[in-house]
Amino acid sequence: MGLPSLEQMQLQHVAAQLNALHAELIDDDRLEEWPDLFEEKCRYSVISAENHNRSLNLAAVFCDSRGMLVDRIVSLRRANIFPAHAYRHILGPTRVVSSNEQIVSAQTNYVVLMTRNDGQTSIYNSGKYIDAIDFSGDAPRFVSKTAIFDTHLIDTMMVRPI
Amino acid sequence: MATAQQTDNVKQDTSAAGCRVPYRVFTDRQYYEREQENIFKGECWSFVGLEAEVPQAGDFKSTFVGETPVILTRDSDGGVHVVVNRCAHRGALVCREVRGNRASLECVYHQWAYDLKGNLIGVPFRRGLKGQGGMPGDFDMSQHNLRQLRTESVGGLVFASFSETVESCRDFLGPIVVEQIGRIMCKPITVLGDQRQRIHGNWKLYAENTRDPYHASLLHLFHNTFGLYRSTQTGKALMDSSKRHSLLYSIAASNDDAADKQAYGDSRTFDTEFKLQDMSLLKGRQEFDDNITLVILAVYPNLVLQQIQNTLAVRQTVTYGPDEFELVWTHFGYQDDDEEMQAIRLKQANLIGPAGLISMEDGEAVEIVQNAIVGEERATSYIAMGGGRAEDADHLVTEGAIIGFWDNYREMVGFDLEPA
Ligand code: FES
Ligand SMILES: [Fe+2]
Repeated sequence: MGLPSLEQMQLQHVAAQLNALHAELIDDDRLEEWPDLFEEKCRYSVISAENHNRSLNLAAVFCDSRGMLVDRIVSLRRANIFPAHAYRHILGPTRVVSSNEQIVSAQTNYVVLMTRNDGQTSIYNSGKYIDAIDFSGDAPRFVSKTAIFDTHLIDTMMVRPI
Repeated sequence: MATAQQTDNVKQDTSAAGCRVPYRVFTDRQYYEREQENIFKGECWSFVGLEAEVPQAGDFKSTFVGETPVILTRDSDGGVHVVVNRCAHRGALVCREVRGNRASLECVYHQWAYDLKGNLIGVPFRRGLKGQGGMPGDFDMSQHNLRQLRTESVGGLVFASFSETVESCRDFLGPIVVEQIGRIMCKPITVLGDQRQRIHGNWKLYAENTRDPYHASLLHLFHNTFGLYRSTQTGKALMDSSKRHSLLYSIAASNDDAADKQAYGDSRTFDTEFKLQDMSLLKGRQEFDDNITLVILAVYPNLVLQQIQNTLAVRQTVTYGPDEFELVWTHFGYQDDDEEMQAIRLKQANLIGPAGLISMEDGEAVEIVQNAIVGEERATSYIAMGGGRAEDADHLVTEGAIIGFWDNYREMVGFDLEPA
């Protein structure tokens, strides 16, 4: 395994930056901007490792269009009732798994810390992202993003994207 | 009945109707312990899993009855069994995995082995090693099985009981519950996956919540927000003859904006300003001839069987102390679902569970009660919507089934424990 080519480094950078921005928009509560990180036709799912490892597809959150991502956010803002809380994502290094002229596939470990109104911060969700990113357009966007979480149980509820 | 309670709840309405539940039943460990004895290990049947979770001989699933760890197994004759997950030797967990397949159950500590019915079949060094050690001469293997619970399957739902005296499971459930189980479990099912939701509150707050149709359109605002809720849909709240179980169902009615407007006026619960961008979320199929689109069957003490549109699931309550429980959602479909139907179920799963657009609030509803009643020794809740009696209703503006639950609870546990 020699040194990475410039192109490989660029792809790695693109994938890591997009993940960092994804985390930042969620953590900073700029949720209205979050769907823009996805292609119009996309898949976003948050699924437990317990299901994923059994080849069961049942996800906590499963969206297959940008419109559904928008609907989730409108629902969060307007409809859903939940304890006040903030997320903080801690991302591990992004590794490029494969790529072609248009799509780079990458994976990234993550931890989401949750801080509730009582001031306590806890580990809310930890797992890995498996992403497919289209870098051929004006800006790189997720074609698909799957968060596979090790934490089998969801504490109280899940309303924000992971 | 002028008791100390009233001095504490100064202006409490003392009319005859209505049910008052002392908040300490949600917080005091004495109640929790008595529930474990009298309900979960008492004259009751608890839900432990679906037969479809252990389809093959040797399949097992670890779960709980109340707080007691148990194992659901399938033996080579096709029978299902439930045993306490505790070695008869010195008490170790025999199954340490959530699920798997094994020919026999072996404890790792000293390798005592049990068959899938829980009978002890092997004890290493039973006759000693090189003439040394060994169990006493009168050691009788048959006296050291895993604790075997009475087990009954009703429509593929497996229930277990610690009691030798409780009526049969079918009788315990009663005809309404058995019929409703039969309605949903009408053909072979396939498990789609599980969701685990940890809620920091007392399990009985969730038993109330699932017997409470009153809150549905007031707490859960997804449908209203997107202009999808219809006050004109008709529903019923029914109980079995013992009133421990509850059936809530509703039938989708024609859309009627004027009636909705009249029912809700300008309250925050009715709002048609927002539209879903992607309506495919709600695309479904009519599966049942009866037009029923929502069934919440709350089975005492620890199960909800639900149909919400095309989502089918069981929810099992596992207790972790007076102020914590886990809700295990097991979603399923039918084995003969075509590809489109599978996709519909997986997409509609967005509606339910801990991240469910129309159900995520229930965890918060439980927790805000638990947080508010901490340390409260005397005050009570007041449950009277719909008339304040454990009565059926042909509408959903009722709390009758909650009172039915408490009547049963009072009989099995009592409200009378002295403050700790
Ligand atoms: S505790 Fe199980 S074999 Fe000893
Ligand atoms: Fe609810």
